[in-house]
Amino acid sequence: MTQSNRIGRAQVDFTKTLKFSFDGKSYAGHPGDTLASALLANGVRLMGRSFKYHRPRGPLSAGSEEPNALVELRSGARQEPNTRATTAELFDGLFAKSQNRLGSLKFDLLSINDRFANFLTAGFYYKTFMWPAAFWEKLYEPIIRKAAGLGSLSLKDDPDVYDKGFLHCDLLIIGAGPAGLSAALTAGRAGADVILADEDFRMGGRLNSETFAIGDASGADWAATAVAELASLPNVRLMKRTTVIGAFDHGIYGAVERVSDHMHTPDAGKPRQVLWRIYTKHTVLAAGAIERPIAFENNDRPGIMLASALRTYANRFAVAADRRVAIFTNNDDGHRTAADLHARGVKIAAVVDVRPNAPSSMDYEVLHGQVVDTKGRLGLTFAEVKLADGSMRTLDCGALGLSGGWNPNVHLTCHQRGRPTWNADLAAFVPGADLPAGMTVAGAAQGDLSTAGALSGGAKAARQALGLKGRMATLSEAEDAPVNITPFWYVEGCSRAWLDQQNDVTVKDVKLSHQEGFRSVEHLKRYTTLGMATDQGKTSNMGGLAIMAELAGKTIPEVGTTIFRPPYTPTAIGVFAGRHREQEFHPKRLTPSHKWAEEQGAVFVEVGNWLRAQWFPLPGETTWRASVDREVLATRKSVGVCDVTTLGKVDVQGTDAAAFLNKIYCNGFAKLAVGKTRYGLMLREDGIAMDDGTAARLAEDHFVVTTTTANALPVYRHMEFVRQCLCPDMDVQLISTTEAWAQYAVAGPNSRKLLEKIVDQDISNDAFPFMACTNITICGGLRARLFRISFSGELAYEIAVPTAYGDALMRKIIEVGAEFDVTPYGTEALGVMRIEKGHAAGNELNGTTTAQNLGMGRMISKLKDSIGKTLSQREGLNADGDLRQVGIKPVDPGDPVPAGAHLMNADGPIDAAHDQGYVTSACYSPNLGHAIALGFLKNGSERLGERMQLVSPLTKVHVDVEITSAHFIDPEGERLRA
Amino acid sequence: MHDLMPITALGGTEARIDAFDHVTITENDGLALASVAARIGHEKPCHATLKKLLGAVPGPGKAILHDPEAGFWMGPDQWMIGAPRATHELLADQLTTLFGETASVTEQSGAWVCFDVTGPAMQDLCERLCAVPIRRMVAGDAQRTMIHQLGCFVIRRQDADHIRILGPRASAGSLHHALITAAHSTA
Amino acid sequence: MIIDHPLLGPRDSAEFTYMGDARLIDRPDPDAGTAAQDFYEYGYLRDNPAGWHDELWFHEAGDRSWLVITRNTLTHEISKVQLARDVARSRGRSK
Repeated sequence: MTQSNRIGRAQVDFTKTLKFSFDGKSYAGHPGDTLASALLANGVRLMGRSFKYHRPRGPLSAGSEEPNALVELRSGARQEPNTRATTAELFDGLFAKSQNRLGSLKFDLLSINDRFANFLTAGFYYKTFMWPAAFWEKLYEPIIRKAAGLGSLSLKDDPDVYDKGFLHCDLLIIGAGPAGLSAALTAGRAGADVILADEDFRMGGRLNSETFAIGDASGADWAATAVAELASLPNVRLMKRTTVIGAFDHGIYGAVERVSDHMHTPDAGKPRQVLWRIYTKHTVLAAGAIERPIAFENNDRPGIMLASALRTYANRFAVAADRRVAIFTNNDDGHRTAADLHARGVKIAAVVDVRPNAPSSMDYEVLHGQVVDTKGRLGLTFAEVKLADGSMRTLDCGALGLSGGWNPNVHLTCHQRGRPTWNADLAAFVPGADLPAGMTVAGAAQGDLSTAGALSGGAKAARQALGLKGRMATLSEAEDAPVNITPFWYVEGCSRAWLDQQNDVTVKDVKLSHQEGFRSVEHLKRYTTLGMATDQGKTSNMGGLAIMAELAGKTIPEVGTTIFRPPYTPTAIGVFAGRHREQEFHPKRLTPSHKWAEEQGAVFVEVGNWLRAQWFPLPGETTWRASVDREVLATRKSVGVCDVTTLGKVDVQGTDAAAFLNKIYCNGFAKLAVGKTRYGLMLREDGIAMDDGTAARLAEDHFVVTTTTANALPVYRHMEFVRQCLCPDMDVQLISTTEAWAQYAVAGPNSRKLLEKIVDQDISNDAFPFMACTNITICGGLRARLFRISFSGELAYEIAVPTAYGDALMRKIIEVGAEFDVTPYGTEALGVMRIEKGHAAGNELNGTTTAQNLGMGRMISKLKDSIGKTLSQREGLNADGDLRQVGIKPVDPGDPVPAGAHLMNADGPIDAAHDQGYVTSACYSPNLGHAIALGFLKNGSERLGERMQLVSPLTKVHVDVEITSAHFIDPEGERLRA
Repeated sequence: MHDLMPITALGGTEARIDAFDHVTITENDGLALASVAARIGHEKPCHATLKKLLGAVPGPGKAILHDPEAGFWMGPDQWMIGAPRATHELLADQLTTLFGETASVTEQSGAWVCFDVTGPAMQDLCERLCAVPIRRMVAGDAQRTMIHQLGCFVIRRQDADHIRILGPRASAGSLHHALITAAHSTA
Repeated sequence: MIIDHPLLGPRDSAEFTYMGDARLIDRPDPDAGTAAQDFYEYGYLRDNPAGWHDELWFHEAGDRSWLVITRNTLTHEISKVQLARDVARSRGRSK
C-alpha cells in the first residue's frame, strides 16, 4: 500500500524510507514518523481493540496520553505489550501486532462482548460472576483471564539491560515546548547548569505541531534554532526521549531516558533505557497541556481523534487521518485545526461548534450544534449532527476532530500531595499553590495557552528560579490569542458515550456508579475503573468529574480530582531494577580463600552477601552429608581449617575502650588482661540478646571485637550509637576491620603442631594458653594476629593476616598441614561442631531470647551498667519455668530431630496450649552417630534426662526424644585447654 | 623475609587494566592504607601531626594529595592515610609511632580495593555509578557514596579526567563488574 | 529526601539509616530508684507524631555520623540537622 494520506512536507525525512510490519502486513514510513503517523499515512485507522467490549479503536491522540492505539511492539523476548503507537518512533524493520483480539483485528471474536454490554457495566465483576461460587475458579476466572488485559507478555527473560544514573543541576526544565525552550535559553545563557528533558524524540513541543510564526521563523524552525543554541552551551544538557516520571522530595526527580527504543536492538553493551535520578535546586515544569475530547454516542470509532492530534499529524508528520474531516468543538482552538487541514488540501466536512457565537469561515461550513452519533463498523464513515434548530445533518467524513478545551498538565505538581485549583476561564484545573519545593510552572502547564504566554512565562520562570536580575531579553513576536471556551463535556441523552476509552468506561457507567452510591471521586475511579488504565485517564478523567459534579449538583472543583501519582507514563519494570538482576542482584563478598576454595571444588552458600564454602566434596562423595561428616571427624581427630573472615571485626581503641566494652556487653571487660580474649554477650536495651562474639585485648587501649557474620553492620551501627549518642565524651574510636584481615580457624588436637610450623613465636600451652591473643609474625616475618579461641570445642586457634596474604596463608596451612592430614571444612561442618559443643548462634540469638533463656543469665554483671541490663531484670523475663537452652537427642538413634519442631510432655496432649518448647538448631552428629539438636524448653535446665514428644504436625514429625545437656562433646572443656 | 605472595583484590598476581577508547580502569594494587582517629582531648596535636605529614588537615569531604603520603577525611576527627605499599608496607606501625597517644591508628590496607578511572568519559561513567556530583567536584574532593550498593570513596585526583575509587575489597569483583558495565554503557 | 548534613552538606537520604525518636539519646540513669519505670518508658513509650519530630538518622553510607534531624513527618520538610554527638553533649551526656 502506498502512503496515500501524505499531505505536503513536514518534519519527516522523505529522503529515506523505513520498512515496517503491522499485523503481518508490510508498510513504508520515514524517519521522524511514529508508528501511528506512519500507519495513518498508509490509510490504517484501526489499530486495536478495546479492553472490555473489544470495540475497534484507532489513535485518539498523537502523544503519550494515548488510550487506544496500543500495540505489541517487537517480537520474541523483546515483545512489549501496550506500547503506544503514538510515541513509538519508527525504525527500519519495526514489527508490531495489534492486541486484545481473538482472531484478526478486523474480526475479533470477542467483540461479541459489545453485544452483552449490559452485563459488563461498572462494577460488573462484583455482580455478574458471583454465583454459583464453584463456577468462579473453573469457569469465570479462566475466561476472564483469557479475555481481559491488553497485550500479552512474551514470558521470556528480558534480553535488554537497563542502567541507573545520577545527575545534578541548578535548574531542571521539564518539557521542551515554547515555555521550556524559553526557560532553557534564559537559564543557559546566564550560565546555570541546566537539564532540559522532553519525552519526545524531537524537541519543540506544540511548536512542531503548529503553523504559528515566532518572529520571522516558523515555530518549528524557531525551536530547532533554539535547540541548536542550547546544544552549543556546555552548561546545558539536552535530554530528548526522556520522560520525567516523578517529582520526589526535596528536588529529586526520576526520569527515564529511552536510549535504544528507537532502534531495532540496542548496541552491544548499551542499555535499552536509563533511569536517571536528578538532583536539582529548581525546576521549571513546562509540560504543556492535553486536549480533551467530548463525549457523545459512539464517539470511539477509529478516525475520531483530538482535533489537536489531527493538527499534529498534518503539520508535523504530513499525514491526514482522512481526506474528509469534520471538527466538533466548544472553543476557538478547534477552528485552528480546520484551518490548518484546509490549508493542506483536506476537505473539511464541517466545523460543528456548540457555541452560538462561533467564528465563521470563508473556506468551510461552520454549524451551530452537536455531534450526537456516528457510523462506521471498523472506522468512522458518517457523523450525525443535531443542529441548534433541532434539525439533523449527516456529515460524510472519515475523521472527526474533537476539541473540548485544554487541560494543563498538572500531574507533576501534585506528586507531593499538591492539589490543583479550578480556573473557570479555561474550564480546567491549573497548578495549585502547594507545588513541590523549588518548582515553578510555566506555559500551557500553568494555563498560559498562547505561544507568547509560553515564551514569556518560561523566561520569567527561569529568571525567578535562578534569581536573575537585570532586564529581560526581548522576546520574539508570537501568537497570543485569548482562550474562548464554553464548557461542554457530553451530549445530553447519550449513554454508550466513551469517557475512558482504554478501560471502556462510558457516561452511563459514571451515572450508574453515582446511582449506586459511589459519590467520592476516588470511589468513582475504583468502581468504574475510570482513569485506572495505562494512560491514567489523561484524556478521560475530566469528563468523568464533570458528569459526577452535574449529578451531585456540585461544581467540578467541589468534586475535586483523584490523586496524581508517579510514574507519569507507563514505565518498564526493568528500568527500576537497573543492573541489579540475576547474578548482579546484589554485590558478592568473596572471602580471602575464595580462589583456593574454588580450586578445591567447594560448594558455596550465600550468607548475607558473602559466599562461604559450605563443604569441600572429595571424589567419590555423593552426598553432602558424606563430605560434612568426614570434615567433622577429621577435624576432631587431627586438624581442620575454616575461613572465618566473614565474622564482623571492629577495632576499638582509646583510653576508654574498656569502659566502652563494659557498656555494650552485659558481662565485664574492664579487668580483662592485655593478651587475653573473652566471650561477650550484647543485649538490646530491652534486655533481649542482640549478638555475641569475642573481644581480644591487644593493648591497654586497644581491643578487637568480633560480631556474628549476619549482624556485623547493625552491631557496628549500635556501637556508634552508644559512642556518639550515649557516651559522647568517652575517648573511644571505632573502625570496621572485617575485610582488612583474612582470618582462619585452625581446630583440632593437632592444630598447635600445625601452627608451630608457621608461627615465628612460642605458642606452647604455657606461653599461649586458652583465650590468649597476641600480635605475631609468621613464615619468617609477615605480621599476623593469633587468638586461641574455639567455636568447635577443640584445641583451636584463629590466625589472621592482612587480606592480600590470605590466599597464600591458606595454601601454606594446607602445605605444612599435610603431615597431619589437615582438612578444610565449610560452614556445615562448622555448624555441626558448634551444635555438638552447645554454642549458641543465630538460630538461638533470634531476637526473642534473653541471656537467661540462653543459660547465660549470670553473665550479666551486677557491678556495672550496661545496655539492656535494667530491662533484662524485668519480672516477665525472669519468671520460673522460662525457656532454657537444652540439648535434645532421639530415643531411637535412627530418628531425626528436625529444627522448628516443638516439644510436648511425654504423656500430655499435643496442642499449642501445652507447648513446652522448640528446636532451634539440628544436625547429624557423626561423632555420636545420631541426630542431635539444640532448643529451648520451659524450665529446661531442671529437666535433663526427661523424655518428651517432639512434634511437627505440619511435616508429620512425631519422635520420642530425651532432653540432655546442650554440651554433647567434651562438656568439661578439657580439649580447649589442652 | 617470609615467602607468602600477596594477590590483588581481583585475585590476580598482577593488577588488572581494562582499557577502552574512552576510559581506562586500572586496579591499583600499590596502596598501603591506615586510618587515623584523633583521641579525645588530643585533637590539636593530632591535627598538627597530620599537617606535618600531609601539608594540611583534610576537612570534611576533602583529600590532600601529598607525595608520597596522601590522606582524606572519613568522618569527624577520622582520616584515611595512604602511601605506596612498596615503601610503606608497615604504614600503620609508622603512623602509630608518629601520632603516639594523640590518635588511634588502624591498618586498613587489606580492607579496600582501589580502582583508578581515567579518560575523557570518566564523568559519564561516574554518572552511571553513583550520586556524587562528579562534574562539580574539583581536585581534592573526596566523597563517600554507594556504588552498586557498596560503600565506596570517590576521590577526584589532580588530572581532570581521573577519579580514584576505593571500595570494599571482598566485593572487588562486583565493583569491577559495575565499572566495566558502566564503561560499556558509556562507550 | 535530601538531608543537609552539618559537615558534608546536602546528601541523599538513601545514604542514611533511620532509627526514630531522638529521645533515645536521653537514656535514663540506671542507678535512679525509678530506673525500672524510666527504662520502660524510654524503651516503649516514645512518640510518633504526625508533624514535627526530632529523629535519629545514621549516615551509614557516609561519614558514620549519627544525626538529629528535625523533620515534619507529614511534609518531609527538614528544618534542622545536628550532629547527635553535639546534641547529646548539650543534653548533659558525657561518658
